[in-house]
Amino acid sequence: MSGGSGYEDRGNNDRSVTGTPVDHMGDPVPAGGHAERVEGADAFLIGEAMTGGYGGGADILHDCTIAVNPGEIAVIVGPNGAGKSTAMKAVFGMLNLRKGRVVLDGEDITHLTPQARVQKGMGFVPQTSNIFTSMTVQENLEMGAFTRRDDFRETMEQVYDLFPILREKRDQAAGELSGGQRQQVAVGRALMTKPKVLMLDEPTAGVSPIVMDELFDRIIEVSRTGIPILMVEQNARQALEIADRGYVLVQGANAHTGTGKDLLADPDVRQSFLGG
Amino acid sequence: MDFLNALVALANFVLIPATAYGAQLALGALGVTLIYGILRFSNFAHGDTMAFGTMVVILVTWWLQSLGISLGPLPTALLALPVGIAVTGLLLIGTDKVVYRFYRQQKAKPIIYVIASLGVMFVMNGIVRFIIGVDDQRFADGERFIISARDFREMTGLDEGLAFRTSQGLTIVVAIIAVALLFWFLNRTRTGKSMRAFSDNEDLALLSGINPERVVLITWLIVAALATTAGVLYGLDKSFKPFTYFQLLLPIFASAIVGGLGNPLGAILGGFVIAYSEVAVTYAFRKVVGYLLPESLEPEGLLQLLSTDYKFAVSFGILLIVLLFRPTGIMKGKSV
Ligand SMILES: Nc1ncnc2c1ncn2[C@@H]1O[C@H](COP(=O)(O)OP(=O)(O)OP(=O)(O)O)[C@@H](O)[C@H]1O
Ligand SMILES: [Mg+2]
Repeated sequence: MSGGSGYEDRGNNDRSVTGTPVDHMGDPVPAGGHAERVEGADAFLIGEAMTGGYGGGADILHDCTIAVNPGEIAVIVGPNGAGKSTAMKAVFGMLNLRKGRVVLDGEDITHLTPQARVQKGMGFVPQTSNIFTSMTVQENLEMGAFTRRDDFRETMEQVYDLFPILREKRDQAAGELSGGQRQQVAVGRALMTKPKVLMLDEPTAGVSPIVMDELFDRIIEVSRTGIPILMVEQNARQALEIADRGYVLVQGANAHTGTGKDLLADPDVRQSFLGG
Repeated sequence: MDFLNALVALANFVLIPATAYGAQLALGALGVTLIYGILRFSNFAHGDTMAFGTMVVILVTWWLQSLGISLGPLPTALLALPVGIAVTGLLLIGTDKVVYRFYRQQKAKPIIYVIASLGVMFVMNGIVRFIIGVDDQRFADGERFIISARDFREMTGLDEGLAFRTSQGLTIVVAIIAVALLFWFLNRTRTGKSMRAFSDNEDLALLSGINPERVVLITWLIVAALATTAGVLYGLDKSFKPFTYFQLLLPIFASAIVGGLGNPLGAILGGFVIAYSEVAVTYAFRKVVGYLLPESLEPEGLLQLLSTDYKFAVSFGILLIVLLFRPTGIMKGKSV
């Protein structure tokens, strides 16, 4: 594995713990922190060498590359504030890239708006406020299918089959559901577009271990239908276990890249992110 | 018998007028609450939007009357209403294109919208006064009463008369139809649901492929319909005077805020809370109490809590009390 050579001496990469001053935020990673382009260049969805930040602020992503192929689950892990959500938003066109490009199915979509990317078949579940709290579960799903003009009842049945609890609560306001149930609504909403690629930002945030396992099972099920899945996970160990591709981000740059198994086996990664 | 008389007096002077007034406030507050929910600002131009719509309806009514067209027992203004709504809709969409869209693209703070709407208010104010003048205009025609006080006394043999005016009956019927249509639209149609989604979570609405400009456009059209209808009903019930409509802004905002800003059901509830309070607090209850108490105990004063001059103080009072105990309004709305 490449990368990581500059990190051995750091016991904890979470800057909020080590208390690194904030003005170091934009520091580029040491040389050697680049992603290995494992069959990346011709992947189905790829955010390539992305560099950029929010508005006119400092760059948060530095030459960051993430990619995913059909039937695969790609997982991004890393300390808080590493730029995982930012990388997802960059792939979805929610911030301006200063360098790099985003390619979907061979087409350069770097300059498309998020709405246009929805039309192109990308589905995104953001990390926060990812449901319509005042609307019922069913209405949330209907809004997910907003861009579709065909009959989407079949897709809705599939979502209900995937998450049976949602069928039971279909007429309840989504804001009245438990955290785990809300995450299911959020994923279900994104599935309603019949996306060609699904992006999930911490789908298991605030979910109990049992529900988390179940959610992972569901995500694997979705992935088996051929939909490429790109997700950010805080539960790095479980997530890397199911990952075909793993990315460790540190300070907005690729620190380690490899298959989930490789990363789990990598002593570097184990020590810095998985707690030994 | 005296008890019945008291009840009739109460209905005649408090219940019926307050219900009609409440329905008018509710329609006005619905417009305010929709703009707040979707465009996220308090539209100070709402009173003058109502005045503009009503003015158009009055002009068309006069024209219809000059052609000899009428609706028989119903006011001719009903025929003119669709025209008024259409013209007001065009005005609001034009205003959005010229004023508000610019601030939307700037992602301006709500307070900037509010100040912009203040400017729009002055412009609309000027347009209305320029075209129709500042005076009182009466444009109600057709049958004046559904039940007149004399008919009622003859029918029931009671001392106390009860009048139910056409404008009051019309207000209640039209308000029920308008509210039913609005709720059907918001809760049952794809476009209506997309408006609620946009109001609930703008970013997620964008991620679902909902087009914000379309949502805004439809919101203005609905607001035009609600504002014009509310203005015409108020004008038929009382009279049309630009300054009065400007003043209506206070009870309308009070209704929307008391009910819970951004919550349509709350706007309706708030409208009735404000209307009943305003009418009840400023009504002299002497007559009603006089029927109920024995002659020896008959009250000397008017039993009026506040003179009608202070009716706006009532809106303010209720607003303060509700916000102290429930900052988001009676129904859960967004806090201001
Ligand atoms: N909307 C924003 N505007 C400006 N800066 C932002 C914004 N969102 C995040 N940031 C900054 O970008 C950096 C990376 O944030 P990001 O949300 O991508 O981290 P993350 O890896 O997803 O963290 P977590 O694991 O806590 O979700 C942080 O320093 C944060 O302060
Ligand atoms: Mg994040």
